[in-house]
Amino acid sequence: MGRHEFVEGIAVADCAVEIVGDDLDDLFATAAMALADIMVDPSSIRQVTERRVELTTSSLDLLLFDWLSELIYLKDAEQLVFARVSAHVIPGPPCRLAARLVGGPIDRATTVLRADAKAVTFHRFALEPCDHGWRARVVIDI
Amino acid sequence: MKTIPVSECVWEIPTSEKPGMRVPARIYASEALLSRMDEGVFEQVTNVACLPGIVRAALCMPDGHWGYGFPIGGVAAFRADTGVISPGGIGFDINCGMRILKTNLSEAEVRPRLTELVDALFESVPSGVGSRGFVRLSTDGLREVLREGAGWCVRHGYGWPEDLEATEGGGCMPGADPEQVSDRAITRGRDQLGTLGSGNHYLEIQVVPPGGIHDPQVAKAFGIEQPGQVLVMLHCGSRGFGHQIGTDYLRKFDQVMRSYGITARDRELACAPFRSPEGQAYFGAMTAAANAAFANRQVITHRVREVCGRVFGKDPRDLGLEVIYDVCHNTAKLEHHTVEGESVHLVVHRKGATRSFGPNAPDVPARYREVGQPVIIGGSMETGSALMVGTAHAMKETFGSTAHGAGRTMSRAQAKRRVWGETLIEQMAVRGIVVRAASKSGVAEEAGFAYKNLDEVVDAVHRLDISRRVVSLTPIGSIKG
Repeated sequence: MGRHEFVEGIAVADCAVEIVGDDLDDLFATAAMALADIMVDPSSIRQVTERRVELTTSSLDLLLFDWLSELIYLKDAEQLVFARVSAHVIPGPPCRLAARLVGGPIDRATTVLRADAKAVTFHRFALEPCDHGWRARVVIDI
Repeated sequence: MKTIPVSECVWEIPTSEKPGMRVPARIYASEALLSRMDEGVFEQVTNVACLPGIVRAALCMPDGHWGYGFPIGGVAAFRADTGVISPGGIGFDINCGMRILKTNLSEAEVRPRLTELVDALFESVPSGVGSRGFVRLSTDGLREVLREGAGWCVRHGYGWPEDLEATEGGGCMPGADPEQVSDRAITRGRDQLGTLGSGNHYLEIQVVPPGGIHDPQVAKAFGIEQPGQVLVMLHCGSRGFGHQIGTDYLRKFDQVMRSYGITARDRELACAPFRSPEGQAYFGAMTAAANAAFANRQVITHRVREVCGRVFGKDPRDLGLEVIYDVCHNTAKLEHHTVEGESVHLVVHRKGATRSFGPNAPDVPARYREVGQPVIIGGSMETGSALMVGTAHAMKETFGSTAHGAGRTMSRAQAKRRVWGETLIEQMAVRGIVVRAASKSGVAEEAGFAYKNLDEVVDAVHRLDISRRVVSLTPIGSIKG
């Protein structure tokens, strides 16, 4: 089961997070939850909407970049945040992602807001295999 | 990394310190500020010095700290004919900037209604994650905003004509090309005009403290007459629209950079030749986002006037709610500067750095031409901000640039471990600062102890003569995202 941890010492004004997953599917799903955790208290997200996202890129790290960028886009364009995510990744190339997300609109009365994620950066950006599966490091611009 | 003192508060990292450096790096800071700068500043400013077409030196202002690509506080000028443009030298929040309005109200007049005022502003100026503004725009309508900037707002009743003269570049950067903007950026940003965002963005009610006027003549030129005068300051940018343009072009430049034979020492410094199709496309889109940011601050100004008029039962004009100035601190601008005795057309990147144009410089509004442009240095929400003025020396030394704020010294996670947001709001209330925030944890992240001492930054730029101290400002009310 994946986990994420906020990291200090590589970003002063922004939010650095390290994500570990048992496999690529787990890592991508966990990365989505880490992003949600930056923006809101995930336990306060209403689970009333289901979305499916499909992406294709030339490399795995760009797939992760595009995946998180898509979730940030949905937060602004449709005011949607997600509490449950399942992902399936085909390493490729081309690299493909098919994901199912469950969440709901940001409700200012009930959603506990945190920081507004602006973008995924390439600062110290990494995605690599590790002893326990896969590991990623992402810095989100706040 | 070796830093060589050049003069008081100027430190140079020579090209010998890193392979590929085309010019030296220069850090502008007191010895104390320099000693506390994180290692990332040195790494990043020397990476910038490796980019093609850079002239004179890669610079970092006294509020510099670790960013992504450029350090925050970074300034670099590239030849327009042979140099590059890099989204990492501008930031995702294109034309993040500051605006300050004066009032003719005193603290004594505002205090009895301060809570009502802050509550009303919090209601009228949406802040925080996923907030939407009150202006509803079609796609074509947004494209008009992108071409016209703050002028669109004035044309539609969201401002006064004189606001434009008091905005950097008249509130509209030339060269905006909405055709270079993705549909995703349009969709993402269409409903966000008039919103504050979160993080370090704010809308503050401020007061000139006793002894806070350091240069009475320039202060008077800016419309500030005496201690106790109340002002309104806001800090925000182009919101999701600009963030999406930054994402789109970072992604694009990451792929095309190699086709131009350019290698960057940091992937976040992905760039393209300024004159290339990709460079010109980004410049057109980035400029559109800069105009969206001007419009955003203009719409918020309109809301501030509406709220103040309602709370104090007067016409906003009778309250003297005039814009003193509006400055950008995340842009790339085409400017002429003198380099080795020759006037050169440059793409000046400022990331977390403010223009500081001196007397009689181009683009300084007629009303400030004799004294120089107002420079707004935003501090933390606890400790206050500063209004300074641009100098002729900045034009020679830093491409007309200076600091933009206090500069962070502590990560957001560290700050949250030191204080609870609710506790900090209560502590600030005891000190007479009313805070309303969309996110309580966001308040903790922005605690004063997470930032450098603003006085040290202001003192450094004043000693460097890249801007001069005019007025200190203290917050009494704060809206946070």
